[in-house]
Amino acid sequence: MEIEEVSENVLQVHLNGLLQINDNIALKEITRQLNLENVVGDKVFGSFAENLSFLLEALKKGDRSSSCPVIFILDEFDLFAHHKNQTLLYNLFDISQSAQTPLAVIGLTCRLDILELLEKRVKSRFSHRQIHLMNSFGFPQYLKIFKEQLSLPAEFPDKLFTEKWNESIQCLTEDRSVREVLQKHFNVSKNLRSLHMLLMLALNRVTTSHPFMTVADMMEAHQFCSMDSKANIVHGLSVLEICLIIAMKHLNDIYEEEPFNFQMVYNEFQKFVQRKAHSVYNFEKPVVMKAFEHLQQLELIRPMERTSVNTQREYQLMKLLLDNTQIMNALQKYPNCPTDVRQWATSSLSWL
Amino acid sequence: MAYYPTRLKTRQTYSWVGRPLLDQKLHYHIYKEMSVKIEGSLTEIHIQVGQFVLIEGDDDENPYVAKLVELFEDDSEPHSKKRARVQWFIRFCEVPVSKRHLLGRKPAAQEIFWYDYPACNSNINAETIIGHVQVVALGPDEVLPMDLKDEKILFVKLSWNEKAFRPLSPELFAEFDKLQEGSPRSQKPVGVKTKSIESPSRTTAEHAIKRIESRHSTSKSRRTPSHPVTPRAKKKLELNGFSRTPNTRISQQNSGASLDSPGRSKRKVTLSEITSPTKRSQPDRLHTSSPALKAPQKTGEIQSSCAKDDKKASPDCHRILRTRVPALKTTEICEERTLTPIRGGWKSSVPSVVLKPENIKKREAEEPEAQDGATTTPHRIHRKSSLLTLNRIRQQLRFLGNSKSNQEEDEFLPAAEISDSSSEEEETSTPPLPRRTSSRLSRNLCSSMKSSLQTPSKTPKKTPKPSTPRHATPQIRSRNLAAQEPASVLEEARLRLHVSAVPETLPCREQEFQNIYNFVESKLLDHTGGCMYISGVPGTGKTATVHEVIRCLQQAAQANDVPSFQYIEVNGMKLTEPHQVYVQILQKLTGQKATANHAAELLAKRFLTRRSSQETTVLLVDELDLLWTQKQDIMYNLFDWPTHKEAQLVVLTIANTMDLPERIMMNRVSSRLGLTRMSFQPYTHSQLQQILISRLKHVKAFEDDAIQLVARKVAALSGDARRCLDICRRATEICEFSCQKPDSPGLVTVAHLLQAVDEMFSSSYITAIKQKNLIFDFSLGWWYSHL
Repeated sequence: MEIEEVSENVLQVHLNGLLQINDNIALKEITRQLNLENVVGDKVFGSFAENLSFLLEALKKGDRSSSCPVIFILDEFDLFAHHKNQTLLYNLFDISQSAQTPLAVIGLTCRLDILELLEKRVKSRFSHRQIHLMNSFGFPQYLKIFKEQLSLPAEFPDKLFTEKWNESIQCLTEDRSVREVLQKHFNVSKNLRSLHMLLMLALNRVTTSHPFMTVADMMEAHQFCSMDSKANIVHGLSVLEICLIIAMKHLNDIYEEEPFNFQMVYNEFQKFVQRKAHSVYNFEKPVVMKAFEHLQQLELIRPMERTSVNTQREYQLMKLLLDNTQIMNALQKYPNCPTDVRQWATSSLSWL
Repeated sequence: MAYYPTRLKTRQTYSWVGRPLLDQKLHYHIYKEMSVKIEGSLTEIHIQVGQFVLIEGDDDENPYVAKLVELFEDDSEPHSKKRARVQWFIRFCEVPVSKRHLLGRKPAAQEIFWYDYPACNSNINAETIIGHVQVVALGPDEVLPMDLKDEKILFVKLSWNEKAFRPLSPELFAEFDKLQEGSPRSQKPVGVKTKSIESPSRTTAEHAIKRIESRHSTSKSRRTPSHPVTPRAKKKLELNGFSRTPNTRISQQNSGASLDSPGRSKRKVTLSEITSPTKRSQPDRLHTSSPALKAPQKTGEIQSSCAKDDKKASPDCHRILRTRVPALKTTEICEERTLTPIRGGWKSSVPSVVLKPENIKKREAEEPEAQDGATTTPHRIHRKSSLLTLNRIRQQLRFLGNSKSNQEEDEFLPAAEISDSSSEEEETSTPPLPRRTSSRLSRNLCSSMKSSLQTPSKTPKKTPKPSTPRHATPQIRSRNLAAQEPASVLEEARLRLHVSAVPETLPCREQEFQNIYNFVESKLLDHTGGCMYISGVPGTGKTATVHEVIRCLQQAAQANDVPSFQYIEVNGMKLTEPHQVYVQILQKLTGQKATANHAAELLAKRFLTRRSSQETTVLLVDELDLLWTQKQDIMYNLFDWPTHKEAQLVVLTIANTMDLPERIMMNRVSSRLGLTRMSFQPYTHSQLQQILISRLKHVKAFEDDAIQLVARKVAALSGDARRCLDICRRATEICEFSCQKPDSPGLVTVAHLLQAVDEMFSSSYITAIKQKNLIFDFSLGWWYSHL
């Protein structure tokens, strides 16, 4: 069957799990896309139950030889599996498995465990035909894709520029550091979308005065892509907050990643203040508490269990979401970090 | 086969010829002719209503064949505004493989069959028409010309109604006769021409006298007092005849020159008028009877419209219309005769459309002498009368402002005229037909136009009232492209392996079938009620078995072996909410519509109060577990009603879990459910094997080992018959793809099946892990080492 004939001879229904968030909406959408609403005239959509029986009746009427085949395309298929009782899926599969209107259901999802989300009777009706689309290419192909994505087509009006540009891209492809960048990127994710993001960042630096992409552009783009957002947040913290994070880091070291509460962190912080006998850092407890809460808001620390009314905030167990290297790297870059704080960070025993 | 260029190769532009005729009700523009211009060449094909056309299909070599019934422009259609209504023909290759043997002989290369199947969609996109084609109808005793040079001629001998091949009914045959002659481009090879023409005339010679006599008598008896009533009575008869079988009418018909029944009746009237002994006095009599004739026409119309209202289905309606129009014509013709009785009128009246009374009278006077000697009089007279009709039609068309198409009609008619007049001198056997056909074509034109004018005006009334969605009969639009019939063994196997293909009997569930059957039957015979709980994992044939039981019981009820019963089915999964089950039951039981609470009350009243002469209700509740509510009132009611003597309700419930009554039901509910339980065990490998073999009976598509393999694999995993069938279907596909030669009969081997099994049972995770990248591997490795 030729492509243009398909649209004539096949009815298509496109649904998206993000748009049709429940079966009622989905049913209305199906009715609309099948052009069935004109049959019922002005009172198009009744109750959910009415809609369901209406649509089921409509689909039941047909048979293989007379009615037009329908293709259902369910995008974000996994979300349909969360609908109540999976009524829609059951009915679609049931119709496709019985001698009613010829029906094909195509579900698109990024979840591998989709079969486990289906209820057993829905699963039984599912044909178990799965097609996995994977990026099965290796790094050489990835490089090729990179080159193809950046090369200008032959139809580009400015021939001279096309030639030069493509030459520069060829150079880029052969450059070692660019390859390194791409390899890193490839190792993290084969996803072409992330490659596009990288290239887009690099391409944004191309201007009239800077007409060709350079190795430096790529490096910078890669850095931009692989930036650690949490470390960046740490850069913007106050000294008190930094001190609290360092205290938490020491607690983690001492108690081997066991969760801690505010009181422990405060005590640790007090130790440091007393040791150094610096009144500079001598804050009232409520102020420290406030700083602690701010860290929680920034999601640098996370409560172990949900906050309930009963537990005192000081004793709620928390967990640090940064790891040691992140903290140390952030401290290196932290502007105007007091020396004693930096010393304290490197070793909790630095006062000795 | 000849190769027909389709639209895919050369662009063709379609345009209407002639002015449209607007249908007020449906906003259709009805046309009579369409021209197709092929890009690149200057030729232009004109396609007119009533011609046989080729329609683009799947297969370039064998496009669909159909007779064009109507051309119209439909603005409501989104893609193609140019629409056509056709009467399909079917090629032998389009007949399902399984039914081909019904023909009982080898089909001729160019044989096609009249497709007598009202369910087939006849509304097509006009732009799929490729061009016209010659179709020749052959009588039942004629031989199909096997080797013909001209491949563009197709032959119709039988009709096919999806069940059996039948000889063409006489009326169809007659229609062909006139159509193939009427088409302006008709160039038949001589041999065929004589064949098709001679057959009627050969028989005419023998039967003509007899026929005249018989008609004579009928017309006599009918003529004098009861004349006004005749059309109505006749029409009734025809309707009856139509709804029965065409075969009965064939036996009635005594000549090969079979005309359709309306046409016959028409001829009867005309004949009776002319060949009666009191010929000379006839004009006067007819004159006097003409007002009377008008009356029946009216009544006939009223009556037929009543009939139309009675019959809702559109094919019926169509049929009535078809028969009605010619029948009405009968009276019109009589009328016309009185006004414009022409003898040999076909010669002079064709160019001069406006008829002069004095001229006519003279001819009328001449007429009797001309007829006396010749045996062919029926033909000629008929010809004349039909020409009269033609004239009348023309006039009507002119009134409708469709003058252009009229002229065209004029254009092709004189040609027929000439051939006619020349042939008239030679002999009596051949001449009549061409003229008759030409005139009849136009009559057909008119009738088809009339029907097209009238049918739409009726159809909107049939469409449901907008404000009542519950009475709406929603339907997916019908398909344009016919469903492909399986072409190879593998496709046939795939069709049979589809879950929807319900086998004749359900193998391996005989015991369960018998138990359920006995249970329901005993309840039916005793006029009592009862519950049964059927459980089993998905895909073990629970629902299918119950359906089979009900089907058998319904057959038994028809044969009066068991009392008749009412069967209702609800499915928990097809409800939006448990309480909707009441609504569904009530609606299926009585057709009433109510809210859930009200429906529950009505049902309780119905089941708990005594009524006279009540038949048992069998209620199947599928997916029972979904009817669970906090209060369990639905389950309670469902199981409580059968315990009452008055209810006469048998409830069959189906669910997946064996211990559902114990697990989720309250004591008072499970107690009412009783202990009539049945559990469907998962199929064992031998059972699955048997199921597959029974489905693949007579189709050698699988190796025996392959079937055994899949049966064992599935039985080891789930025993789900659906899965088993799915795997086999997939295996046929794999086999098809791997087989490079398309014509070689592929056999699904163990290797193919193993591949299918791997595809279906392999974990998606493993395939995903195989594809993942370095970081993923590292982290996976790290996790693994920490386990």
